[in-house]
Amino acid sequence: MINSMQGAACETNAPKARNVLLCDIGSTYTKLTAVDIEKGKIIGFSKSYTTIEDDVTIGYNKALELLKDQTGEIHFAKKLCASSAAGGLKIISSGLVPDLTAKASRLASASAGGKVIKTYSYELTEDDAKNIESENPDIILLSGGIDGGNKEVLLHNATMVSKISGNFHVIVAGNKSAKDDVAKILSQNVVFTENVMPEFGVLNIEPVKEVIRKLFIENIVSAKGLDSIQKIMDMEIIPTPLAVLEACEILGKNIGEIMAYDLGGATTDVYSIADGSPKTIDCFMNGLQEPYAKRTVEGDLGMRYSMEALLEQTETENLIRGYQLNEPDYHKWIRICREYKGTLPTGDFEKYHTIDEAIASEAIKISTNRHVGTKKKVMTLAGEAFLQEGKDLTGIKYIIGSGGAIINARNPQKILQKAIYTPSDAELLKPLKPTLLLDESNCMCAMGLLSRIEPNLAVQLMKENFKEI
Amino acid sequence: MKQITLVMGVIGADVHAVGNKILNFVFTDAGFKVVNLGVMVTQKEFVEAAIESAADAIIVSSLYGQGEIDCKGLRDKCDEAGLKGIKLYAGGNLVIGKVDFEEVEERYKKMGFDRVYPPGSDPQISVVHLKEDFGVE
Repeated sequence: MINSMQGAACETNAPKARNVLLCDIGSTYTKLTAVDIEKGKIIGFSKSYTTIEDDVTIGYNKALELLKDQTGEIHFAKKLCASSAAGGLKIISSGLVPDLTAKASRLASASAGGKVIKTYSYELTEDDAKNIESENPDIILLSGGIDGGNKEVLLHNATMVSKISGNFHVIVAGNKSAKDDVAKILSQNVVFTENVMPEFGVLNIEPVKEVIRKLFIENIVSAKGLDSIQKIMDMEIIPTPLAVLEACEILGKNIGEIMAYDLGGATTDVYSIADGSPKTIDCFMNGLQEPYAKRTVEGDLGMRYSMEALLEQTETENLIRGYQLNEPDYHKWIRICREYKGTLPTGDFEKYHTIDEAIASEAIKISTNRHVGTKKKVMTLAGEAFLQEGKDLTGIKYIIGSGGAIINARNPQKILQKAIYTPSDAELLKPLKPTLLLDESNCMCAMGLLSRIEPNLAVQLMKENFKEI
Repeated sequence: MKQITLVMGVIGADVHAVGNKILNFVFTDAGFKVVNLGVMVTQKEFVEAAIESAADAIIVSSLYGQGEIDCKGLRDKCDEAGLKGIKLYAGGNLVIGKVDFEEVEERYKKMGFDRVYPPGSDPQISVVHLKEDFGVE
């Protein structure tokens, strides 16, 4: 409420101050959305190529001119911006045990809007260090050990990271007993914060999220050449996935438990806004209790840059037969996409759209299976019982699809249906009867930004713009 | 003096929670740092919790008779995970049928457990043993 009051204060000074500009600087396009707050309407949308290599404001200004063609000369009371340009917020996360602190550090990085390139567990090796260096991350997150627990791994990994060269920041969120020793090893560009798992099984990701947010604003924005655009904006630039997560959170609060997908060329992002804890008294929780607002980033599932990695996880035979594809066409299309990453199944390539839909469907299927929890039956003397790991998402009410590969598909419902439970999913806790929605106008990022100042309007506009399929 | 860390829980498909709560209370009260995993705990969970917490001992409870199957291989898993020499304690209704406790103890020691307790043991005895084993007061 405070924010919207501030907004109102600004508006009194300007004649046409009822408008807000929402800006999403992607790796390819700079997208602008104009919203008239008083009328509660989206009044314009434009996009132009992102020009981060030269000056990011060139692309922004071009998009702004295009926007003005729709709205006429316009004044904005507030301008807000999210960015995933220049590789996004690249994070390497690490911990001790894969299912415990390593998982906690990955969840923390992902929910801060990071592009989690890889998560390491146990001791980093020389090879790991080399790989990390070649990834050129923005942030390396070190964790491991509960407070008072294992120190060795954190100390070892700090030593390994101290040998890596590059322009990155280190966040240490591990066993607090190791802090003083780690501080002796790492002296530059390091921030210490609370343990991601201070006690066994207790997830504590907010302090890491806050540190990542600060680093992004204070250092990474300028390192990525976003300074000039930051000066134009009225609020801090945030990572695009964080804006989408916030859009999902506010929508979930209003319409019930939701999941959302953003399927892109390099990654598949999955969001779930749901409690996810066991639904019956005979079901016991195993492992970590995952966050209410959970985001996972799958770097090996994408339509182009990570298409190869995706296809490695599926049997070509099954893909061709399962989706009734023409085999020669399939191989031809894969060759084309491998060579020209920007190829779309339009124009001359129209006939290949079913193949892209098959690839997209697989990305949704695999990413869902990784995101949701599992429930296994066990026999006890007191009768049948169940062990649950991860989130129970069977009760999800809505699934929202966004990202070019879904919204431009001829049959987006076929792709999104892969998120729904089928008998062959056995123990996976996938949604049972969700309603499928399409973010046709790709407005989730903009609505996440808008929710920071006008939460109710953001919800209303999403409801209006999402199409049931 | 270093605080001794104990990882404890009821192993397998066993939902007996009362004894677990009593042990948690007694051990915490005696000054140990307790990581309590509750009921229906798998071997993997015991091992992973012990790694993260740098535990000194794992305390396994079992009341439903299937403990022997559940506990088999726990020592090997600990060795494999780098927890060499970690103390393993087991207690409860550890085997099926009426078997002399001496035999039960022998079977469990063969499986790599350091101390074994029969049903109805006084938890204070384990506290005395733990303090003795780790040389703490």
